[in-house]
Amino acid sequence: MTARGPAGGVTLPPKPSDRGRKARPSGVQRAAAERTRTTIGRRRVVNVVMIGVTFVAAILATLPLIFILGHLIKAGASSINPAFFTEIPKPPGETGGGMANAMVGTLVLILAASGFGLPIGIGAGLYLAENRGTVIANGVRFLSDVLNGLPSIVMGIFAWQFLVKPMGKFTALAGGIALGAMMIPLVTRTTEEMIMIVPVSLREAALALGYSRWRTSLVVVLRTALPGIVTGALVAVSRIAGETAPLLFTVLGNQFWSTSLREPIAALPLQIFSFAISPYDEQHSLAWAGALVLIGIVLVISLAARFATRSRFGRGGD
Amino acid sequence: MSEAARPLVTARQDDSGIAAAIEGSAIGDSVYRWLTMAFALCIPVLLLFIAIEVGVAAWPALKTFGFGFLFSSDWDPPHNVFGAAPAIYGTIISSIIALVIATPLALGVAIFLSEFAPSWLRQPVAFFVDLLAAIPSVVYGLWGIFVLQPILREHVMPFLSGLPVIGQSGLFEGPAYGPSMLGAGLILAIMVLPFISAVSREVLMAVPRSQREAALALGATKWEMIADAVVPYARSGIIGGVILGLGRALGETMAVTMLIGNVHKISASLFAPGYTMASLIANEFAEATGDLHISALMAVGAVLFLVTLVVNALARWLVWRVSREARS
Repeated sequence: MTARGPAGGVTLPPKPSDRGRKARPSGVQRAAAERTRTTIGRRRVVNVVMIGVTFVAAILATLPLIFILGHLIKAGASSINPAFFTEIPKPPGETGGGMANAMVGTLVLILAASGFGLPIGIGAGLYLAENRGTVIANGVRFLSDVLNGLPSIVMGIFAWQFLVKPMGKFTALAGGIALGAMMIPLVTRTTEEMIMIVPVSLREAALALGYSRWRTSLVVVLRTALPGIVTGALVAVSRIAGETAPLLFTVLGNQFWSTSLREPIAALPLQIFSFAISPYDEQHSLAWAGALVLIGIVLVISLAARFATRSRFGRGGD
Repeated sequence: MSEAARPLVTARQDDSGIAAAIEGSAIGDSVYRWLTMAFALCIPVLLLFIAIEVGVAAWPALKTFGFGFLFSSDWDPPHNVFGAAPAIYGTIISSIIALVIATPLALGVAIFLSEFAPSWLRQPVAFFVDLLAAIPSVVYGLWGIFVLQPILREHVMPFLSGLPVIGQSGLFEGPAYGPSMLGAGLILAIMVLPFISAVSREVLMAVPRSQREAALALGATKWEMIADAVVPYARSGIIGGVILGLGRALGETMAVTMLIGNVHKISASLFAPGYTMASLIANEFAEATGDLHISALMAVGAVLFLVTLVVNALARWLVWRVSREARS
């Protein structure tokens, strides 16, 4: 590591007697200075090269996104027409048809998942924020991170074993619960974080005015943190909206209209999957169109979440 | 359980005179606390439920095959013989490919964003990389089948097998079909990159200013500051981020199922198709016939569950250690 040259130069023992003779450096010092001069050029080059390398890494990392979005728009846009949003899939080999039932199915699944996941996630987040440092809170926080890393396919086989097998049939409800369970850890952690940044003075003011603790928490603290919690909920929804693996063995998919929670239901990601691996070109182009719509939904939700956070933090100076 | 809520209870004790006067609020408070605690406890209960349900379902297969289940390569549903070795092998190899490609890139991005990028560039690039994490797995799979796979087959694979030394190493042998371990590893690399770079960026930004200033004051160039002072300080957090990415790669299902070829075989060549634990479950569960077949798939799921549990716990612990150091 000649790059450490200057550090070596610095560690030379500065003799007290050197102080008076600064104008005439010793031979050792001259050699060190010479070495510094020869290495400094190289060190500068290394510096510039490495800045360039990280810049290239940044470009390379954004390329896949551009390629994927670009190809999605190119391949999907041509199949997007009114029929795509209003019709159900045609039998294999026939042209036309749409994914209307799948889009509605995804909406139903999101609603079911939110109905299950949001209350638990927000409640757990409240508990974690208000009981920080306790054994239960630390344990729950850790386990929620573990749950967050659970492969979605494991959630899928769990929901099958726990709900589909006992009920004897595939239902939208089982899929909704599997997706809802995946939302819980995300919602819990964002809720906790958002509640933690609510100023303590606000809580104290409410308590000082005679509010009970539960009213303080729900009416003052939760309401102040609400925009952030909504953001967390949106992020969670955008994550589960495209999940496929937990749906394979729970909602199964459906070629027809269904919005019932007690029946198998179609879902956009499932429909994309089955069309993508089918041998028919018509279905491939429908899969691209479906992917474009799905990614549009996901991006709009995540953008909404991002801007909600930004405007909130923009005001956050007060 | 009142011990558990000690910090807030003390706040109440201060104004206990008033609180006692308002009788209903005391009841309301304890109802509220028990209710939120019940919600919080849903998380451990859910995890326990998952462990029990999957474990119970996996038991028949584990009992029948014992530890051999992990090391046997026979997967023969009609004869009720099951061994998960190819799937476990494929999971490990595809994840290694993903990490080998994604880690340097993600670290480069993280360093660029936390140290070099001008502020007007920081937000958009970070946003673009984060968006990669928002793309659904099935869309990656679709893109992989119709775009990445043909490119691999026609350009990348012939190029790799034509390389002087590496091409003869056995890693890049055999016909280039398309569905392959290499394709699965590549798509996984793209998918885990945002996770690794996000965590790395966070821990790099958590490195104290004094650390950087000290290095610069000693005459280090900006790069030397990063390589000798910043990255070593954030090392365990970065490793945590990589392991977090590993956790994602191990359990990733749809994109891998669509690209890996789904074949029960251990091949040294990365051009050959294979299986991962997740893709095995996704691919065969719906068509599983016998009870033992389902149980074997559940056992694969249980192994996957255990492995990701350990990996994630390790990653969280490493990241947590860095953020604790940065705070103190």
